Amino acid sequence: MSMKMDNWTFGVTMIIVGMGGTLLTLWILSLLMSFLKKVFPLAKEDK
Amino acid sequence: MSEAIVNGLYGLVAGFLNMHWSNPIMIVIGIVLLYLGIKKDIEPVLLVPIGFGCILVNIPLAGLMEKDGFLRIIYEAGIITELFPLLIFVGIGAMTDFGPLLENPKIFLLGAAGQFGIFLTLALALALGFTKLEAVSIGIIGACDGPTAIYVTSQYAPQLLGAVSVAAYCYMSLVPIIQPPIMRALTTKEEKVINMGMVKKSVSKTTKLLFPLIVTILGGLIAPKGLPLLGTIMLGNFMKECGVVSRLTKASENEIANIVTLLLGISIGATMDGRVFLTSQTIIILCLGFVAICLDTACGVLFGKLMKVLTGGRVNPLIGAAGISAYPMSARVVQKEGQKYDKKNYLLMHAMGANTGGQVGSVMAAAVMLSILKGIGVI
Repeated sequence: MSMKMDNWTFGVTMIIVGMGGTLLTLWILSLLMSFLKKVFPLAKEDK
Repeated sequence: MSEAIVNGLYGLVAGFLNMHWSNPIMIVIGIVLLYLGIKKDIEPVLLVPIGFGCILVNIPLAGLMEKDGFLRIIYEAGIITELFPLLIFVGIGAMTDFGPLLENPKIFLLGAAGQFGIFLTLALALALGFTKLEAVSIGIIGACDGPTAIYVTSQYAPQLLGAVSVAAYCYMSLVPIIQPPIMRALTTKEEKVINMGMVKKSVSKTTKLLFPLIVTILGGLIAPKGLPLLGTIMLGNFMKECGVVSRLTKASENEIANIVTLLLGISIGATMDGRVFLTSQTIIILCLGFVAICLDTACGVLFGKLMKVLTGGRVNPLIGAAGISAYPMSARVVQKEGQKYDKKNYLLMHAMGANTGGQVGSVMAAAVMLSILKGIGVI
């Protein structure tokens, strides 16, 4: 979607969606990794 | 005959006569970069080729950056095509152990907070009159991640490549000087001495193997424009963790990374022609880069404080400062700073987790940013 926007709108969009998007993506990743750790626990032989 | 002799002599002094006032200054800057790399040990593998490239390109009439000049050929082959930063990323992935991060996945959030400086600096650059894409390229210095900065800038603001790259690499190496005062100012004595205990080994090989695959697929789906960055770093890490392609892993972290670093460095130096580099814009970019890294550190520590509250005091906010991509320097700074207040407090492995989270975070932030730009039609 192409849209014309002024610098103020652009800056605010980048801050909100950029910071929010990065935080949300890494939070989802952290949840997935916690889940994986439970599904595939460290076996005795790994230790 | 005398005319031929005069013309011949002119040929020998033409280099001096065609010197622009900015060229000698840039040659001195090139020598300063060499000095910083050699004598001060500041990112020597990059600053030496960058400094030398800077000297080469500021010698007039050699035409090294003109069509068919050898620096132009390297620049077009590796920077314009974005190949060099991506190949470096394969090597970085192959060198990085995400184990400490996977031991405590919540620390991923610190890797996100450590990128907030990117977006805040972007807004500052816009306020100072830079165009949208220039502001994006300046903000990305806050990723504290040279290849990411080069990847984004070479695509969207190639005219700023020299300034952004030099700022990114210089500030990355100045992390041990920049971060400690901010960490001290934003934390109380009680917070600095929080002991997070030992990191227990709890991550299976399967989890380590699945991590790069999941980051690639999920990250790629959320932010497809950043997939080259994510995909290459995760390819390197997958090769390392799968353990069956050790030849490729070793080549990625040694031969390929070394050759590409040399070519990348010299190409960046080649963009530092005095006529385009010596502007007030460059000085503003260097200042904004500094601000970006300070903001990253501050946001990381403040987010660490929030995590401390949410976890009932089990997180030492100092490790938030390591949520940037300067690996492993930033983690070492946290360890050193923590031990100033309690010699028995070993924060290193927790900080390493945050630091590797910062590596993924910086790439993810760039990927998210590029996808937003695509979404709103700026690129």
